[in-house]
Amino acid sequence: MTGEATQTLEMHERMPNFDYEAPTTLKAALELLARPGEVRPLAGGTDIIDQLKNNRRNADLVVDMKRVPELLKLEMNGVGLRIGSAVSCSAVHKFTSTHGIFPALSEASELVGSVHIQNRASIGGNVCNAAPSADTIPALLIHEAVAHTASASGGREIPLIDFFAGPGQTVLEKGEILKELLLPSPSKQTASAYLRFIPRNEMDIAVAGVGSLIEVDPANGIVTRARIALASVAPTPVRAYAAEELLEGAVIDAATIDKIADLAVEAAVPITDVRGSAEYRKELIRVLTKRTLNICLERLA
Amino acid sequence: MSKKQIKTTVNGVEHEILVDSTWTLLETLRDQLKLTGTKEGCSNGNCGACTVMIDGVSSCSCLVLASEIDGREVTTVEGLADHGHLTPVQDAFVDNSGLQCGFCTPGFMIATTALLNENPHPSENEIRLKLAGNLCRCTGYDKIVRSVQDAAERLSNQQDVVERLP
Repeated sequence: MTGEATQTLEMHERMPNFDYEAPTTLKAALELLARPGEVRPLAGGTDIIDQLKNNRRNADLVVDMKRVPELLKLEMNGVGLRIGSAVSCSAVHKFTSTHGIFPALSEASELVGSVHIQNRASIGGNVCNAAPSADTIPALLIHEAVAHTASASGGREIPLIDFFAGPGQTVLEKGEILKELLLPSPSKQTASAYLRFIPRNEMDIAVAGVGSLIEVDPANGIVTRARIALASVAPTPVRAYAAEELLEGAVIDAATIDKIADLAVEAAVPITDVRGSAEYRKELIRVLTKRTLNICLERLA
Repeated sequence: MSKKQIKTTVNGVEHEILVDSTWTLLETLRDQLKLTGTKEGCSNGNCGACTVMIDGVSSCSCLVLASEIDGREVTTVEGLADHGHLTPVQDAFVDNSGLQCGFCTPGFMIATTALLNENPHPSENEIRLKLAGNLCRCTGYDKIVRSVQDAAERLSNQQDVVERLP
């Protein structure tokens, strides 16, 4: 039986050799991650297994993080939303939509591949895979997520905007993992939205994506906080700081939104590739910025 | 590469098997357990031909390591029918011609079953969105959507009968 199975398996495109461990405590997981060689944490596995199959990443040891209780926490506390790094996109979508909180994140977590992918893929994995096109990242950025890391020597708190070093690259060091993301609770006068453009209706990689968040003083209509983050238009996810600065302190109307959209385009430094030209991506940023801001206004009304 | 002894329940049957650390769940199902109903299409999570349920949740078995299912319950297309009696989902696909070549069908059976477990009355838009991870290259989806709508109706009628029982 075993011989027969091995023979059949040799016909497949096999993955490179690696060992597998599934620790049940954070301490044990961190000890494994500190081992020499290429040690890869696995949460949902939907990116890393595909990358291992295609030799886009390698591994001597794969550490399954899904049995570590600290990484499976998903809760609202007095400060905000805590998302353990192994919590699935489906779980985050359900939790945020049921409670009516963090709408941009709720929208983005329902866009990561198909339902079958969302059921396994973790938000933490979407962040650590660090694709410039990752849908959940702009939503996390506008909600000012802080990445809490863990390693055998302790841990760090990194504002998510400082977490990315390039396409597929993060600032995590050897033996360090993303433990959880913390998103402070926004005020009641806050709304957020995430939109991306893809050529089909679903199941594709963003040609461009925009997350917007505004907090408006109901007394005078002045924007007291603005956050705009862009996907797929730079080597890392980026914030449109100039657009945010102009928006804060302004009363939001159609003319303001046009100016904000122009400034958001200036934060985009896209490449031309198979999914779209640089010019097209810039135009998408203009359109998606306007649309997300208008959705925010509708949500505040 | 290392071997690991895992315990898993597949379609209600407990298995204790030795799996290679680099095998996917799809490989273990097809090549080790000889459950060849689950198909390999793209092998990267786009086509859904390999969809199975893990603890009741639909997943692409090509993107799961066999070692990960230690202690978990897996349902494949072979686990749906009860002693040759097709489920309402399967009957609905047969009666509405929701298949042609049949290669994507096991994935659609599992995806539809999981969808209707969670949302017994999905709208057409919801059906199209939730089944976007299952590709069919033959039927053009309209018959598949009709099959899912019919399956939802059959399941709901079945539920009505159960509720009317004394």
